[in-house]
Amino acid sequence: MLLKLRPNAVAEYAAGLPHGSMLVSATNGKTTTTRLLAAATRVAGYDLVTNTEGSNLERGIAAALLKGSRGADLGLFEVDEAALASVAASTRPQVVVLMNLFRDQLDRYGELETLVDKWRDVLDDLQAQSEPPTLVLNADDPNIAALGRGRRNVVWFGVDDKSHAIGNREHAADATTCRHCGAPLNHRVVLVGHLGHWDCPNCDSTRPTPAVSATKIDLTPHGQQMTLRYPGPAGSPVELAIASPLPGVHNSYNIVAAFAASWALADRTSRPQQAPAVARVMAETKPAFGRGEVVDVDDKQIQLLLAKNPTGVNQNVRTILSNPGELNVLVLLNDRTADGQDVSWIWDVDWEPLDSRLSSLTLSGDRAWDLALRFRYGGFDMDNVTVSPDPTKALDIALAATPAGNTLYALPTYTAMLDLRGVLTQRGHTAAYWSTDR
Amino acid sequence: MSATHTVRLCHLYPQLMNIYADRGNIAVFRQRLAWRDIGLEITEIGLGDVIEPVQHDLYYLGGGQDRDQNLVAKDLIANAATLQAAANAGAAQLYVCGGIQLAGHSYVTADGTELAGLGILDLTTEAGGSRLIGDLIIDATVEGISQRVVGYENNVGRTHLGPNCEPLGQVVSGHGNDGESGHEGAILNHVIGTYLHGPLLPKNPWLADILLAWALEHRYKKEVALRPLDDLVEARAHDIASARASIKR
Repeated sequence: MLLKLRPNAVAEYAAGLPHGSMLVSATNGKTTTTRLLAAATRVAGYDLVTNTEGSNLERGIAAALLKGSRGADLGLFEVDEAALASVAASTRPQVVVLMNLFRDQLDRYGELETLVDKWRDVLDDLQAQSEPPTLVLNADDPNIAALGRGRRNVVWFGVDDKSHAIGNREHAADATTCRHCGAPLNHRVVLVGHLGHWDCPNCDSTRPTPAVSATKIDLTPHGQQMTLRYPGPAGSPVELAIASPLPGVHNSYNIVAAFAASWALADRTSRPQQAPAVARVMAETKPAFGRGEVVDVDDKQIQLLLAKNPTGVNQNVRTILSNPGELNVLVLLNDRTADGQDVSWIWDVDWEPLDSRLSSLTLSGDRAWDLALRFRYGGFDMDNVTVSPDPTKALDIALAATPAGNTLYALPTYTAMLDLRGVLTQRGHTAAYWSTDR
Repeated sequence: MSATHTVRLCHLYPQLMNIYADRGNIAVFRQRLAWRDIGLEITEIGLGDVIEPVQHDLYYLGGGQDRDQNLVAKDLIANAATLQAAANAGAAQLYVCGGIQLAGHSYVTADGTELAGLGILDLTTEAGGSRLIGDLIIDATVEGISQRVVGYENNVGRTHLGPNCEPLGQVVSGHGNDGESGHEGAILNHVIGTYLHGPLLPKNPWLADILLAWALEHRYKKEVALRPLDDLVEARAHDIASARASIKR
């Protein structure tokens, strides 16, 4: 509505921010990274206007600015992958964080290649500005690395610790050939999807050496400990220990990205980063809405793990499997606009490692029977599987199957999560949450 | 129990042509054979690989991103004669999405570049101005069996059939080959091309069984009976997908 009345509202408000803005975009992890970065910049003394609780499209950013730009000196915006061009053009970005591109809702976003090309145009436009922003880019994603190739003002981040490598690129990996010469890429280490340590056997294209990196990661089911290496005041690398309640290597990337962005901001300005304080507030940053948050339900718990796309769900499966014992899992698949209408992607998820660990599996949502087919053809023991398209009934079935004191792991698509949250709120288990849009 | 029969599947470019859950179609081949105690041997062909002639009963080529499809198109031509000979010998071939475009004579990309195809199916394709995206429902008749087929389409191609192949089916809902003709896909003897993914075979298992029957016939030079399976879950998912297609969401 605001944008209809004032189409330049974003640019008008953003012009009033003395330090400009920071943008975070990615297929996966942008919400969590923006939350971490919000904590890191606030502790360094900035008054933020941010859309961490709202929409990541241009209208959501306009709404956030309308509500919160008075008195703010820095904008921090999570940006939908497809909205990056318009948001970058209107928000005077000082730091742009690009984390990863995975296949995601192909009916909405189109193919990954199309997004890579769009992002390249965005970076070309930004570089042509009189004061180009600092680009904070993931060295471990070959597509993101190609976007930064040959550019100045790049802060590379990555994960150097190889101990959490998986054997091969995940099935849903897309960056398999060299962006420069087309030869099949060599992945020496795969950490998430197609993120890892890679090089081209045919040309000089290789993983850039990250300035900010996780050199050691210890994972637990409920979080992680990390040693982070980054450039110190004298230019020589220094190390910092960070503890976080966010589980999984995918969250390691989010933590490193947020830290790198706060370092990059300090590097551009005269205001110091306050690294020890950043580490402290990151330790206090809990999972974002539905991204691993835990809800108490009487004598049991439900962990909500938003299911967006194959790579994201693969990470959720890894997180679930890191818990000991038999597992109770609820998967909810809707096919509405915000979920993606094409449900093909469930076939690209590596669900199979769950099979031998399941005590119960409940399948729900508008397309519950598509899930049932996926597991049937995945060779799962269907005697442990219950199909109930109604989310309320499915929740009751899944909770009944979960022993007291145990956790039910729920993997809902976006609108299914809103449905599930609705039921939990109605029953008094969670605070209400309203979202204007996605 | 060791399998008395085995189907030899040649999976073309699985690393590059897998964007619309093509893996699901392969899983259907594997499981529907396994449930009948029939084996499946898979040979994966990548860039630069040569397909061994006569050694496969079933061929599969899925969809890829434009960049990957262009890489594959150039590579595939070296194997065109082998694939054509296999089709002539009655081996089953399924070309999905990008696959159907490469199985035709030619594909003209958005920038006007013409890529030569295999020429196994008598059709040509050019990139259109917009992507054709959404639920796709067709009525198809194959081997005398008529069924409603459900799936999803998401591609930029406009495919036109020549006189030497028939459409796989008639569009009930969605766009199909070009959004105008009412045709979807193409069929010539034991070769099927289609834009239907979703993936295609899990919700339309009868088509999988026809392809498998053709493959077994190719291998053993006689009909090999396929025991009927309980396809209740398949039928539920099929009917829900069919109903969703008429719901704006």
